[in-house]
Amino acid sequence: MKSDKLITPRSSAYLVERIGFSTLAILSFLLAVPIIGVILYIIIHGAPAISWEFLSRMPSDGMKAGGILPAIVGTFYLTLGTAIFSVPLGIAAAIYLSEYAPENRLTRIIRIAIINLAGIPSIVYGLFGLGLFVIFLKLGTSILAASLTLSIMTLPVIITTTEESLRAVPYAFRVVSTSLGTSRWQTIRRVVLPQAVPGILTGVILGLERAAGETAPILFTGATFFLPQLPNSPLDATMALPYHLFVISTQVPGMPIQIQYGTVLVLLVFVLGMNIVATVIRSRARARRQW
Amino acid sequence: MDKIVVEHLNLRYSDGTESLRDLNLVIPANAITALMGPAGGGKSTFLRALNRLNDLADVVAQSGRVLIDGKDILEPEMDVIALRRKVGMVFSRPLPLPLTIYQNVSYGLEVAGERNREVLDKAVKLALDQAELWDEVHDRLSDPAEALSGGQKQRLCLARALALKPEVILLDEPTSALDPVATAKIESSLSELKKNYTIVIAPHNTQQTARVADWVAFFLQGEMIEFGPSKDIFTRPKDKRTEEYILGRYG
Repeated sequence: MKSDKLITPRSSAYLVERIGFSTLAILSFLLAVPIIGVILYIIIHGAPAISWEFLSRMPSDGMKAGGILPAIVGTFYLTLGTAIFSVPLGIAAAIYLSEYAPENRLTRIIRIAIINLAGIPSIVYGLFGLGLFVIFLKLGTSILAASLTLSIMTLPVIITTTEESLRAVPYAFRVVSTSLGTSRWQTIRRVVLPQAVPGILTGVILGLERAAGETAPILFTGATFFLPQLPNSPLDATMALPYHLFVISTQVPGMPIQIQYGTVLVLLVFVLGMNIVATVIRSRARARRQW
Repeated sequence: MDKIVVEHLNLRYSDGTESLRDLNLVIPANAITALMGPAGGGKSTFLRALNRLNDLADVVAQSGRVLIDGKDILEPEMDVIALRRKVGMVFSRPLPLPLTIYQNVSYGLEVAGERNREVLDKAVKLALDQAELWDEVHDRLSDPAEALSGGQKQRLCLARALALKPEVILLDEPTSALDPVATAKIESSLSELKKNYTIVIAPHNTQQTARVADWVAFFLQGEMIEFGPSKDIFTRPKDKRTEEYILGRYG
C-alpha cells in the first residue's frame, strides 16, 4: 500500500538523517575530549602532590617546598572581596535596566558600555586598576585594590545574566501583581526576584569563578610574589593561586614539577567546584519552575 | 445607582492596535454590565482604563473623564495602587502567581501590609468561599497554585481579586480558556457576587453575554454603538449593527 511505503525505515531520507545525527553526535563528543583530557591530565599529575601539608603550610625553601596556604587564602579573600563589590552593584544595575530604565539614548549607551566592558582584555583591567585604585586612590597593591579591579571585570557578567533572568520571568506576572494593587518595587521584590534568583545565582557564581582564575587584573593591583605570613587586612597585598602558578612556572628555576601540578589542581578544584554549584542550582530551579 | 461614569473617553496606543473613541456610558452598581462586540473593538482597553492598568502599556493619547464614585480616576495624581485595590481584575488567562494557593489569595493583603495571621486566614477563607473554591482546596492551601485545574485556577484568580474587598470587579473574557462546566461555575459565582459588587465583564461570546448580563454595551472598532438593558439589546436593538452582530452576521 502506498502509505506503508511512506513510513518504511529503509527510505533514503531516513538514512541521511541517521548519518547526519551520528556526525553531529560525534562532533559534540569531540568537543568534550580536550576538556576531559585536560582535567584528567591535571588530576593524574597533580594528585600525588596534594597532602594536608601542601594545603595548610606556608611555602618554604624559596617556594620549592612546603605548602600553598597563603595562595589559597588569598584567592578566597579576593573572590570574597569581588563578591562584596560586584554582586550588589551588578544586581541593582540589572534591576534598573530590566525593570525601570526607559528605552532611550542613555539606556542604550549604558548597554553598549556593559557589552564593551565584557570585551576588554583582562590585562587592561589590571593597568586600569593600577592607575585608579592603587595610585590615584592610594590603596596601594592590596586585596582591596585587586578586589575592586576584579569587580569591574566581573560586573558585565553579573549584570547581563541577572538582566536575562529578570526578563525571563513572564511579563504577565507583573501585570497580575500590578492589578492587585502593588507598586512596581513590591512586584519586583515579591514576584519577579524570587523567580529570577536561581538564574542570578548562576550568573554571580560564573562571574566570580572567572575572577578567581584571573591573573592579569591582580598582577599590578594586589598579588605578590611571596609573603612570609597571611594577609591580615584588606590593605595588605596577598598571594593568589593563579599568580602563584605563573610565578612558580616561569620565575623560579628548579621548581619541582609536582608542586606546579598540585597548584593547578587546587585552582581547578576551586573553580570547577563553583561551576558545579552553579550547574546544580540551575538544574534544580529548572525542575521546580512552573512556567 | 451610578457607580462608574465615563465621559468622552478617548484613548490611543502608540502602535495603533486598539483605540477608544469618545466613549460615554454609565455603569450601574450591583449589576453585571457586559461589553459585547468583535475582537479588537476596544473592550480590553476599556476595562484596563477602569483600573489604570493601561499605565503599563504604551498609551500615547488619553482624554476625557472616568468617574468612579464621582472621582476622576484618570487624574495624574490619582493613587493608582488604592484604585486597583478598589477595582479588581480577572484576566482571560488563568495565571496564578508562582506561590501557594493560600499565598495567591493573601498576596494583595500582605503586600498592603496586613500581617495579622487571623485576619489573613479569615480573608482567604471568605474570598475562596465567594469564588466557590473553598470546598475543593481547604485541605491543601499550602500546595502550589500551579497544581490546580484550569477552572480552579481561574476561580483562584477571582478569589485573589476578591480578597482585597474591591467594589468593582473587571473580568476580561474570564472563561475563554475554560470548559463548559468550569464556565458555569464562574458564571454562577458572578450572579451571586453582583448583589454586593459592580461587575464589568467582557464575555467571550454572545451566548455568555445573554446569560449573565443585566446591561450590555456594544463595542465596535473602538466606539460604543449602543448601551441598554440586556433584554432590550437582545430583543429590540436600536442600531442595525448591534442587530447584525447578535444575529451572527459578523464578529
